[in-house]
Amino acid sequence: MITHKKALPNKFWLHWQLPIEGGMELSTLFSKFKTVRAPSNTRSEIGRFASRSFRRHWQLYLLVIPPVLYFIIFKYLPMANAVLAFKNYNVVKGIWGSPWVGTQYFEMFFRNPAFATLIKNTLYISFYQLIVGFPIPILLALALNEVKSARFKKTVQMVTYAPYFISTVVMVSIIMLFLSPRLGIVNTIAGALGFEAVNYLGEPGMFRTIYVLSDVWQTMGYSAVIYLAALAGVDPSLYEAAKVDGANRFQKILNVDLPGILPAAVIILILSVGNIMALGFEKMYLLQNPLNLSTSEIISTYVYKIGLLNANYSFATAVGLFNSLINLVLLLVVNAIAKRASNTSLW
Amino acid sequence: MNALRSSSGSRRSVRIKESLGDRIFLTVTYILLTLVLIAVLYPLIYIVSSSLSSPSAVSAGKVWLWPVDVSFAGYEAVFRNGQVLTGYANSLFYTVAGTFISVSLTIMVAYPLSKKSFFGRTPLMVFITFTMLFSGGLIPTYLVVKSMGMIDTRWALLIPNAVWVWQVIIARTFFQTSIPDELSEAADIDGCSDIRYIFSVVLPLAKPIIAVLSLMYAVGQWNAYFDALIYLKSQSLYPLQLILRSILILGSGTGNMDAGEMVKQQQMAELMKYSLIVVASLPVLVIYPFVQRYFVQGMLIGSVKG
Repeated sequence: MITHKKALPNKFWLHWQLPIEGGMELSTLFSKFKTVRAPSNTRSEIGRFASRSFRRHWQLYLLVIPPVLYFIIFKYLPMANAVLAFKNYNVVKGIWGSPWVGTQYFEMFFRNPAFATLIKNTLYISFYQLIVGFPIPILLALALNEVKSARFKKTVQMVTYAPYFISTVVMVSIIMLFLSPRLGIVNTIAGALGFEAVNYLGEPGMFRTIYVLSDVWQTMGYSAVIYLAALAGVDPSLYEAAKVDGANRFQKILNVDLPGILPAAVIILILSVGNIMALGFEKMYLLQNPLNLSTSEIISTYVYKIGLLNANYSFATAVGLFNSLINLVLLLVVNAIAKRASNTSLW
Repeated sequence: MNALRSSSGSRRSVRIKESLGDRIFLTVTYILLTLVLIAVLYPLIYIVSSSLSSPSAVSAGKVWLWPVDVSFAGYEAVFRNGQVLTGYANSLFYTVAGTFISVSLTIMVAYPLSKKSFFGRTPLMVFITFTMLFSGGLIPTYLVVKSMGMIDTRWALLIPNAVWVWQVIIARTFFQTSIPDELSEAADIDGCSDIRYIFSVVLPLAKPIIAVLSLMYAVGQWNAYFDALIYLKSQSLYPLQLILRSILILGSGTGNMDAGEMVKQQQMAELMKYSLIVVASLPVLVIYPFVQRYFVQGMLIGSVKG
C-alpha cells in the first residue's frame, strides 16, 4: 500500500490546529487527535472509552446495524427456534405456543433403528474423507515445492485448482455420467479390458470411496494453496543449514518443510474434525439412490427428508440439534488437544 | 547408498551438483505430478470433447479423448431449451444482486470490526464467529425464513445466506493490516465523517479485498442450489443449478424433442448432458484463470490469524 501516501498531507498531525468549530469543548477536541486506547480494566475508563467511541463513531454503529440484524434474524433466531426439539410443533400455535414434550423426540431418535446406521455412516465417511483428504493436499504442495520449472509448477497448480469451481450439481452429474453402467467411460474402459460392467453407484460398498475420491479430485489443488504459501514462508536459511548438514531432498522435506507447514496443517485439521458431523448435504443427497442408501444416508440428509419432505418439524429439529451439539463438542475437544500438543489452536 | 554418500559428503558439503538419490527423488516427483495432472485434466477434456461430438458417437462410446464427428447439436439443444435459458437468466440475476448485497453487508460489519476505537468489537466478533460453531439447524432456519414471508420469492436466495463469517474475517484482517490507523486519525482531525472516510479513502484502498469478496460470493451464488431447493416452488424463479439437477440428475425436463424417434431422442438427451455441463460451468471456468490470483490472495488473508 504505497498509494495512501499521496492522500496524506505532510505532517498531518499538525492539522488539529486548523479547523476548530466554535464552542467545542476541550475534552472533545482532545479526543479528536488522541488515539483512543484500548481500555484497561477500571470501570470508569471502559465507560469513558465507550461514550467517546459512541460519540465519535456513531456512523459506524449505524453501519453495523443491518449486518447485526442479519445475524440475529437468520442465525440466532433459528438457535432460539431450536426449542422446537422439546415441543410438539403445532402450526396454528406456532413455535412458542406449542406444548412442551421434554426430550421425547431425542428418545425417539435414539431408539429409532435408523439411529445406529446414521451415526455409523456419518462418522465412517467423515473419517474416511479426513484420512484420505487431509494428507493429499500436503503431499501435493510438498511435491510442487520441489519442482524447479516455474511453468510446470504453474500448470499443475492451475489445472488442479480448476475443479474447485465446478458446482456440486455438475460434479455429481459428472460422476454419474462417468460411472453409468451403460455408457460411462469407466465401464467402457473396463469392458475393453475384459471386465464386466458394474453399476458403481448402486453398490453400497463402493459409495464411500466414490464420494471421497471425487472430493479429493475436486478440492486437492485448492487445499494445497495454503500449504504452498506456508512453504514459501519458510526461512531460507533453514534450507541452507540443511544443505550444509548434508541433508538429501527427502531429509530436507522431513526436517524443514514439514515443521514449516505444521501450524497451518493443525488449524486445517481442527476445522475439518469440527465439521465431521456436518458432512456436505448437497453432494450426498444428489448422489443417493435407493440402492446405495444403506451406506449413503447420513444425519443431514435424514433431517431434510424427515423434516421438510415429511413435515415432521420437531423430530427433525431434535436430530439436527443433536448433530450440532456433537459438532461443537468435537471442535472444542480437538482444539484443546491441539493447544496442548502443538501450541496451535483456533483461539 | 544414499546414506553413504551423504555421510562421506561432509567433506565436500558445499557441493552444488545433486546427488543420485536426489535426482531419482526429483524424477519420481515429476512423474507423480504428471500423473496427477493427467488425472485431473482428463475428465475435463473428455467432457468437452463429448459435448462437441455427434449424438451417435457419444452413445456408441467412441469418444476417448478428442471429439468424434464434430457437431454442435448438443449446444443447439441446450440453447433451444426454454428452461435452461430462464435458469441462466435467473442465475445471472441472483449472482449479481446477491453478490452486491453480500459484499455490502460484509464490509459494513468488517470495517467497524477492524477499528480499535470501535467499542465492543471483541463481543461483536464473538457474536459473529459463534455462528460458525453452532447453528439452529435446517428446520428452525426454514421456519424463520417462512415467517419472514420469503418462501417462494427471490429474496429467499439473496438474504438468508448473505453473510459468510469467513468472508467477514478475511475482510476485517485486510482492513486491519492494509489500511494504517494514521490515515483515519488524519481524516478525523480534518473533520471527515466516518461515512465519508469510508467512501473516499477506505473503499478505493480496498479494491483488492472487494474483488476477492465479490468473486467468492459470486461463485458461491452461481453454484448454489440447496437454498433454491428448499425455499422455491415456482419453476420460473429456479436458478440454473436447480434446472440442471432436474435434467442431469433426475433425467427429466428435456421436453422439446420429437417423441417419435426414441433412440435419437435418448442419444440426444445423453449428448445434451455433456453440453449442459460445459455451458453451466463455462462462465466460472473462463474467468477463473484471470481471477485465480484473487482467490489465492483471499485464502491467504483468511489464513492469517487475527
